[in-house]
Amino acid sequence: MDKAEMLRLYKQMVVIRLLEEKCEELYQKGKIGGFMHLYIGQEATGVGAVSARRPDDNVITAYRDHGIALACGMAPRSIMAEMLGKVTGCCKGKGGSMHLADVNLKFWGGHAIVGAHIALATGLAWADQRRGSDVVTLCFFGEGASNIGYFHEGLNLAAVWKLPCVFICENNSYGMWTPVAKASAVTEIRQKAVAYGMPGDVADGMDLLAVRAAAEKAIAHVRAGNGPYFLEIITYRYRGHSMGDQRPYRAQEEIRRWQANDPIGRFEKVLLDAGLPQTEIAALDKAAEAEIADAVQYAEESPFPALDEIWKDIYAEN
Amino acid sequence: MAKAISQAIAEEMVRDPSIVVFGEEVAAAGGTYGATAGLYERFGPERVKDTPISEGVIAGAAVGAAMNGLRPVAEIMGINFAFLAMDQIVNHAAKVRSMFGGQFKCPLVIRTTSGGGRQLAATHSQTVEHLFAHFPGLKVVAPSTPADAKGLLKASIRSDDPILFVEQATMYSERGEIPDGPDFVLPIGRSDVKRRGKDVTLIAYSKMVSVSLKAAQQLAAEGVECEVVDLRWLRPLDLEPVFESFKQTNRAVVVEESWRTYGVGAEVAARIYEECFDYLDAPVQRVAQKEVPLPYSAELERYALPKVSDVIEAVKAVM
Repeated sequence: MDKAEMLRLYKQMVVIRLLEEKCEELYQKGKIGGFMHLYIGQEATGVGAVSARRPDDNVITAYRDHGIALACGMAPRSIMAEMLGKVTGCCKGKGGSMHLADVNLKFWGGHAIVGAHIALATGLAWADQRRGSDVVTLCFFGEGASNIGYFHEGLNLAAVWKLPCVFICENNSYGMWTPVAKASAVTEIRQKAVAYGMPGDVADGMDLLAVRAAAEKAIAHVRAGNGPYFLEIITYRYRGHSMGDQRPYRAQEEIRRWQANDPIGRFEKVLLDAGLPQTEIAALDKAAEAEIADAVQYAEESPFPALDEIWKDIYAEN
Repeated sequence: MAKAISQAIAEEMVRDPSIVVFGEEVAAAGGTYGATAGLYERFGPERVKDTPISEGVIAGAAVGAAMNGLRPVAEIMGINFAFLAMDQIVNHAAKVRSMFGGQFKCPLVIRTTSGGGRQLAATHSQTVEHLFAHFPGLKVVAPSTPADAKGLLKASIRSDDPILFVEQATMYSERGEIPDGPDFVLPIGRSDVKRRGKDVTLIAYSKMVSVSLKAAQQLAAEGVECEVVDLRWLRPLDLEPVFESFKQTNRAVVVEESWRTYGVGAEVAARIYEECFDYLDAPVQRVAQKEVPLPYSAELERYALPKVSDVIEAVKAVM
């Protein structure tokens, strides 16, 4: 990876972190409503894996979608405006935090019914396979989704039809408030893919370069026409499942332990070791801060949708 | 009617290469009810595909494929199994366009069968398409004749919206003329008057249209002329011909195969009261299935399902 790319990915992680910290603040002020699930701690997973895609590869994920959306290239302005329910948001204020999407970036959305988008991913992948293209679909989901029927139906169909799909399990240790060991018969989620004859791998989700390398390998395998691939990424959710979750079910010590291995801090060290000057990194931090401030201002100044907007986009034909 | 369906799909597949057919046993087997017979041989294994018995992912893959440029005609073998796919149908097919601000399209047909009368007992005999018709974002259609099945299915396949196409399971062997020509396409969201009459308005859809027509024929012998309106579409629901008829007859009976509580009859009756209150000569009657899980034993099943004599009795009640 060249230095420019390393700096780009570093900045992307910082933008995700800052955007979400700002969202937390706006949520507490009542400007953002509904459910909101933060990605903080998992930045290297989305950034590392998405950066390995070709721009025409599909990405789809669950409701913890802010980081993946930014990694796909969505602008903080469009995301922040959606969070605030503004008409300038990516979904015109109809989707909110859990349903970010940008069809032009082949980001097919955050989806909020656990596991349901795994089934959608098989359809996305099938359409490209049918067209004879070598486009690959990256389907992200949490380890909690591996206990629902869709996961098993989706992986099975993908294997039977040899669909060009990389299933990326972001194992952040908790499904809502429940630790993985209490919810899943096997804690290594990739073992479940073995049952469908699917090759797979595991990567350290706090290490951006490890995620990137594992994703490159996975995508190459699938693009070559070998059928689906399963990548489990071990990561950690610093915040609660959603806003308002005070995390009484886990020890502060555990959170601190993971934070000591923070993906952004760790990658910053990689950059410094590679000889990149601290000043250049600090400049990126500043630029990210400015971008988020601009996004907030843009969102705040944007209008809410007109009331008659509710009747639009329900059907293609009336 | 099975032939009308396979003909409609075949004609559309010739016209548009992005149409794909998939579901349980739809390929070489030609469909559990023969409604996809011949498609596999004609269009090949890439366009006509069998799936595992996995309703959730059948519907989900259909939505994903529709978002990404295909025009899937998926089959869920029975509407009773569509409960397993209900999340995809009502939470995804019906919502991906609006919830994402119009970015995504979903040109999709999900064909399924509905209805009782085959001694399949309670979990395999339900008539529940009205549940799906509750959801804005979906369209729901249920034809009453082979000709309608062909024209409505072609319209559904050409539509850019997600459509649940409901075939009554005992009607596959129904005979009737099937209009020729690839351009026989019926309108979306329009009901159809199947018989003219000045005394009572009968409102039905799917199999209950033929039950209502039989009742109308018998009543005609007694000098009572019924108008029979076939709703065809449960969503969008077109009640204009119903109101028009009711303003002449001042009396109405709604006939549905499903249970009466929260059913199609409830909706139609409410709308008649709202729109035609001044024309009302008698309370709207509803003919429906008895409110029990449908039993296996033939006599019990017949007893529970709405029949011609029930319709006649209801018509007499409003006279």
